[in-house]
Amino acid sequence: MDLQQSAFVQAVHLGKRVPTSEGPLTILDDINFSIPSGTSVAILGVSGSGKTTLLGLLAGLDVPTEGQVIVNGQDLGVMDEDGRALLRADTVGFVFQNFQLLNGLTALENVMLPLELAGVANPRLLASDLLDRVGLRDRMTHYPNQLSGGEQQRCAIARAFAAQPQLLFADEPTGNLDQQTGKRIIDLLFALNREQGTTLIMATHDEELAEHCDRRLQLDNGRLLEQTESISDIGC
Amino acid sequence: MTTSRQSSLQIRSQTNFAFSWRMLWRDWRGGELRILAVALIIAVTSVTSVGFFIDRVERGLNQQAAELIAADLVISSSRQINTDYIKAAEQRGLQIAQTTQFRSVAVANEQPQLAEVKAVTEHYPLRGELRIADTPFGEDRVVDTIPARGEVWVEPRLLQALHLNVGDSLQLGAKTFVIRHILVYEPDRGGDMFSVAPRVLMHADDVAATRLITTGALVNHRLLIGGAATAINDYRRYVKQHLQPGERLLSVKEGRPELRAALDRAQRFLGLAALISVLLAGVAVATAARRFAQRHLDTSAMLRCLGATQRSIIRLFSLEMLWLALIASSIGCALGLLTQMGITRILDQLLLISLPGPSFRPLVLGYATGVILLLGFALPPLLALKNVPPLRVLRRDQKGAPVRTGLVYLGVLLSMGVLLFWQIGELQLVMYVMLGMLVTLLALALAAYGLIKLLNRLRQRVGVAWRFGLANIARRPGSSVIQIVAFGLGIMVLLLLSTVRNDLLNDWRHSLPPDAPNHFLINVQPDQVAEIQKFFDQHGVHKPQLYPMVRARLMRINDRTVSTDDYESDRAKHMVTREFNLSWAAKPQVDNTIVAGKWWRESDHGKNLLSLEAKLADTLRIKLNDTVSFDINGTLRQFKISNLREVDWDTFNINFFTVVPPGVLEKDPASWVTSLYLNAAQKRQLSELVKRFPNVTVIDVAAIMDRVRSIMDRVVLAVEFIFLFTLLAGLAVLYAAIQANQDERRFESAVLRTLGARKPVLLRGLIAEFITLGALAGLLAGLAATALAWVLAAQVFHFPYQFDPVIGLAGIGMGIVVVGIAGVLGTRTVLTQPPVVSLRQGV
Repeated sequence: MDLQQSAFVQAVHLGKRVPTSEGPLTILDDINFSIPSGTSVAILGVSGSGKTTLLGLLAGLDVPTEGQVIVNGQDLGVMDEDGRALLRADTVGFVFQNFQLLNGLTALENVMLPLELAGVANPRLLASDLLDRVGLRDRMTHYPNQLSGGEQQRCAIARAFAAQPQLLFADEPTGNLDQQTGKRIIDLLFALNREQGTTLIMATHDEELAEHCDRRLQLDNGRLLEQTESISDIGC
Repeated sequence: MTTSRQSSLQIRSQTNFAFSWRMLWRDWRGGELRILAVALIIAVTSVTSVGFFIDRVERGLNQQAAELIAADLVISSSRQINTDYIKAAEQRGLQIAQTTQFRSVAVANEQPQLAEVKAVTEHYPLRGELRIADTPFGEDRVVDTIPARGEVWVEPRLLQALHLNVGDSLQLGAKTFVIRHILVYEPDRGGDMFSVAPRVLMHADDVAATRLITTGALVNHRLLIGGAATAINDYRRYVKQHLQPGERLLSVKEGRPELRAALDRAQRFLGLAALISVLLAGVAVATAARRFAQRHLDTSAMLRCLGATQRSIIRLFSLEMLWLALIASSIGCALGLLTQMGITRILDQLLLISLPGPSFRPLVLGYATGVILLLGFALPPLLALKNVPPLRVLRRDQKGAPVRTGLVYLGVLLSMGVLLFWQIGELQLVMYVMLGMLVTLLALALAAYGLIKLLNRLRQRVGVAWRFGLANIARRPGSSVIQIVAFGLGIMVLLLLSTVRNDLLNDWRHSLPPDAPNHFLINVQPDQVAEIQKFFDQHGVHKPQLYPMVRARLMRINDRTVSTDDYESDRAKHMVTREFNLSWAAKPQVDNTIVAGKWWRESDHGKNLLSLEAKLADTLRIKLNDTVSFDINGTLRQFKISNLREVDWDTFNINFFTVVPPGVLEKDPASWVTSLYLNAAQKRQLSELVKRFPNVTVIDVAAIMDRVRSIMDRVVLAVEFIFLFTLLAGLAVLYAAIQANQDERRFESAVLRTLGARKPVLLRGLIAEFITLGALAGLLAGLAATALAWVLAAQVFHFPYQFDPVIGLAGIGMGIVVVGIAGVLGTRTVLTQPPVVSLRQGV
């Protein structure tokens, strides 16, 4: 389908350099790709290869020193930080390696947070449905430090899908979990992803996890090495 | 979906209100807001209870001070009181009475005596009470009547002077009166006691029959007005608009100067206590808010990540803080109201005055303080939250650019200054304390930084626990400086409260000690001086010091003849026409301060020099080196003003407006005066004294002094109570400072324990850290407290202040003990919490 195949996220000559005492350090260099709507993409690479930086740039959490990021047809480079925040509020969800649940809030309140921020009516009902969906019905009033790692990540996934994002970023979502729990989390993530037709971009160093994705982008030392699976050309 | 999202975006700003409420509740539940709330509640409670208390006590004391003018308001005039004033007062439902005062010669047994006659109408006095006795120096009682027509009540010295008894006749002008009672006390006596002739109190309706008031007679007519504050204020405005030349409005503030001084000082003390409490609470709030902001970096990053704009982050936290401020202020105001109600109940017996009910003003002040304090001191660190990069969700080391907070804090200080000035009305005090606080903060911060650097060098020479403790201090210099400053401020206030406050209050009380002179003896003849001293010596009274005085009348200033027409003020008119008492002395009195020129040397003795009281010089527009001529015993003598003196009139010691060097007036007819303290038993000897020395006049000021003293005592009690809040605020600062880097400390301890450090080692490290912080803070606090006490004593309260080296040591001791114990107790969860929990929670 044309609509599905059109680029939802594009990176054009994307680069990131940071100044250091020994001159500028290149973290990402001339990254180009295009991700159609509804697909899932794994960004692979070893530690320090630039995965997290790339994820941050694509999500508009950070700004590139070169090139462009285009999300849903909008160039993030021409937006200010608040513009990018609004885009995130409307379009983007996150799942993090260290879960990033707020310690002072219960599981339910953590999931309610994006709904409350968006001013959605009845956030409690929606959030409890989602927690039910991820199997945390009995842990809704528990605080993050009362939940196991797997439970925390399930809660974080519920939060990420709460606002029904069109684009979901996942940064090493199983990095802090054992293999078995990790597998269950991935199954859940992909199940929800399919249900909601979300575009998923996941940074990971786990080849097996990357197998679940439609496409893989391999990063090495800040450069895109190869793209496996067939992808549409830039500018499609 | 997109449409619903767009509409949801539009309503987002409205939901901020509800969302900020939920955030407030969640943060409260999480324990994030407790210190902030506690500090705020202490500040608001202290400021409102001081506010309520000052407001009520001041209005109460003003009511009592009103007795010094025998009314709430007085119109004083040299002419008959305009009937419009009387009508206007009656229309407003105010109570009125009138007095007419003039000097006249009273005659008995064909002997004349100058008397101060006062004719009064029914209801006099409107405030305060008259006390009379049946015999001179006999038991006195309160009466609520005035002399009946045809009767007079007189001061005992009139009886003495004219050799009369109660029941005898006294002639005033064309009418003869019966002396019915001894007048012991009239509330609005005023004036100075030596030159004023004895009082004769009579009924106003008898004035005409005396035919004493003729055209040109020097008469003072007064309309006394009493009533509710609002009606009085309204009336005051009315009178001010219609006041004619020669008419003057007297209010409570112009009552006896020594009482006014007591009230002013009271207000300063209370104001000082409130000021320090609020500023301290501000420090506690700022310290706690810093931690709050620190702990909300993740929340902010997550909110940004979820699409919150910078503005909505600021709005969210501002709203959350606003709710907190309003809730804490409400609690603080309620507590303030309750506390002052409780304390008023306790003090009611002592106060002996019925306090007016609380007004709304302190409530406004309470809320304003709460909101300004919290938003002002908490917003700067919270503002930094808007700068937290959303990237922090991926990289925790991202903290965002700090915001420039200097201007915000300056704004807060200014608004607090304005607020406190509004409450206390003492610009000088507010400025001194605020500036003092700023300078102290800066000095503490700088000194703390220097000391930390110094400590770091010491680190290599101590054991493992101390090394750990000292390293903790040195590793976070910024945070340690903040802690030392906060501890230092807390300890400084504790020191000020425990030692310096006592000094200040005691100094004040000592300005009127229990054995301050309560009787004056005047008209002592030169040959009686030694005998009188012997008389008191025999009766076990400390031998009094007698001072000579020679009556004189001021004739010329420079080469100009003085006239009442030269002056506009009644005081000046009165002063130029009164008789002066010139005394001589080789040295100035101890409670006198030379403010211009120099006191004479021995070589100047015998020269026509004059030392003049500074305020009188000002009133009569006489300057240093001017010449003044006095008529002394029929001869005109010229004196050069060689110095001006300030006199502490509220000591009740004998003091003179005019003093000359020895060797000038010794040959002129002089009488001698003295002041002495007599207890109740010794007082009975006065009848014998009067019998033996019939020409000597005794003036009893015990009643006035008792009033001054009782006001002082009440005020001291009130101040002690209010200082309790300052103490609480100091403790809040200490608590907030201990909590300030609790999270870091907890995390580091967990890491160390994971690495195998045993609890005792960690505990010793913590003890070492807090003892060192406490000692540093205590040392600095001791120095700051000494400096501040000196400035306060010298500049604000005008007491002599003795430097006390013990304060420095007390500071260090207090720092070590208080900070050491509180610090270790406050952080013991660092050791008891399983390391895994601490590690999981992160920093």
